[in-house]
Amino acid sequence: MSVLVYVENVGGKFKKSTFEVVSYSKAIADKLNTELVAISIGDVAQEDLSSLGKYGATKVLHITSEKLKSFINQAYASVIAEAAKSVHATAIVLANSFSGKGLAPRIAVKLEAGLADGAVELPNIENGLFSIKKTAFSGKAFALVEISSAIKVITLNPNSYPIKESGTSATVEKFDTENKETDFRTIIKEIVRATDKISLPEAERVVSAGRGLKGPENWGMIEELANVLGAATACSKPVSDAGWRPHEEHVGQTGIAISPNLYIAVGISGAIQHLAGVSSSKTIVVINKDPEAPFFKVADYGIVGDAFEVVPKLTEALKAYKAGH
Amino acid sequence: MKILVCISNVPDTTTKIAFTNDNTQFSTAGVQFVLNPYDEIALSRAIELCEGGKGTVTVLHVGEASSEPTIRKALAIGADDAIRVNAIPRDAYFVAHQIATYAKGKGFDLILTGRESIDYNGSQVAAMVGEFLDIPSISIIKKLDFDGTTAAVQREIEGGKEVLNTPTPLVASCAEGVAEPKIPNMRGIMSARTKPLQVIDPVELPQLLTFKKFTTPAPRGTVEMVPAEDITKLVNLLHTEAKVI
Repeated sequence: MSVLVYVENVGGKFKKSTFEVVSYSKAIADKLNTELVAISIGDVAQEDLSSLGKYGATKVLHITSEKLKSFINQAYASVIAEAAKSVHATAIVLANSFSGKGLAPRIAVKLEAGLADGAVELPNIENGLFSIKKTAFSGKAFALVEISSAIKVITLNPNSYPIKESGTSATVEKFDTENKETDFRTIIKEIVRATDKISLPEAERVVSAGRGLKGPENWGMIEELANVLGAATACSKPVSDAGWRPHEEHVGQTGIAISPNLYIAVGISGAIQHLAGVSSSKTIVVINKDPEAPFFKVADYGIVGDAFEVVPKLTEALKAYKAGH
Repeated sequence: MKILVCISNVPDTTTKIAFTNDNTQFSTAGVQFVLNPYDEIALSRAIELCEGGKGTVTVLHVGEASSEPTIRKALAIGADDAIRVNAIPRDAYFVAHQIATYAKGKGFDLILTGRESIDYNGSQVAAMVGEFLDIPSISIIKKLDFDGTTAAVQREIEGGKEVLNTPTPLVASCAEGVAEPKIPNMRGIMSARTKPLQVIDPVELPQLLTFKKFTTPAPRGTVEMVPAEDITKLVNLLHTEAKVI
């Protein structure tokens, strides 16, 4: 018996969400009194693989080949399912990332396993049943789901579980499995990644703006504030609908749901659909010139004022704070 | 070209979420149900691709008779016919299995869903259908083109996008960017009434997962207002009280 965690890499490097998911899986392995095994696919440096021991993995399986260098969910799902069988995993954990969303359901079907997606807490384990809290209704609620299948698959939401260092280094073992030819029908033509940009779903800090900014030409000050904070930028639905900002920045019920430590909303009134996607942020700061804006009701800190005056002043104040620390 | 679009019936986005029966059931009292917004995007793209007699669009819904207005809406938007699998859509595994069972051997080039339903937010169905049918699946796509043999797709990835080519059949879950949602016109609404809607029985399968209980997020504390002229105070609060900087 074991717990298997899939350790996703981007360009050969593990991300913060990978360490979160390893720490989370370690806690599950402890509850089950068993060991945590990680599976890594593609090229990752040996020392990065063994460093996963720090977060609780005792063994890291790794597999790479020309074909497995790029992410094809069908092929990766086969590899992870085979790894799960080889280590007799009773629980398989992945990050609820874009890739995780394409992988976990396929793994669940292969292993006839119940899948809890978007977990926000550790499972409660009793008599072989896992009860897990997950997001539902786009952040307006949580659901408690119970998985009763022999094998359980869980995807963990980013920023939901702290990174915990518990071990030292892990043993690294090569893993071998043959993929079916038909696993590779999808061909990747191009990957465009803005390396200087912070990924929104994983960001610890997010600066978001709405129609109150009046036009796309005014986003410079939002980007500047985000820069000072090391934050990702986001926007409300009307803004992405109007084409002022790209769709992938849209947070809310029909966009991306996020839970950063700090969410700063500028010129966003706070419609229920927007709040759904951001209300699990730990700290919310609202800047709006309308004191009646509904967003203030769910904010931790609020400033009533003109965004065009407040935002540059906030950026300056943060610069001064950073210089002093 | 044959396209299958899988649709779900969800509470309208303005719905305040509440639960009944000791928080085990979603309270439908006074709730307006609508076609899932992402499914609307998938359906709109399917109709665009089939425009001018290039193909047919079938919509499939797993649900009870009460969701027929949503199916008729999809027909009004422009789907050619509809299938309703008469069952409570208890979880993604069950729904995906029903879709795969229906679609098997029917020659669909594309099977489309929304990126997730806005009620249970699983984003599981598309990839599960792909696995049940052993065909490629791509989750959360932003663009979709199809030349009759190969689908050209753009998928969202952390911090960027990926451009992929896939031979069909393909299952894909659609997000914003794939199409502008179409609004039904009068002719569509009239013709939807007479378009074929077939009701079929579900296939049984073991239950792997159960929704036990629901909770709503704890209310937040009261907001602390900071005067616009005292920005330093906000910075200090973020540092000492919220501890986020």
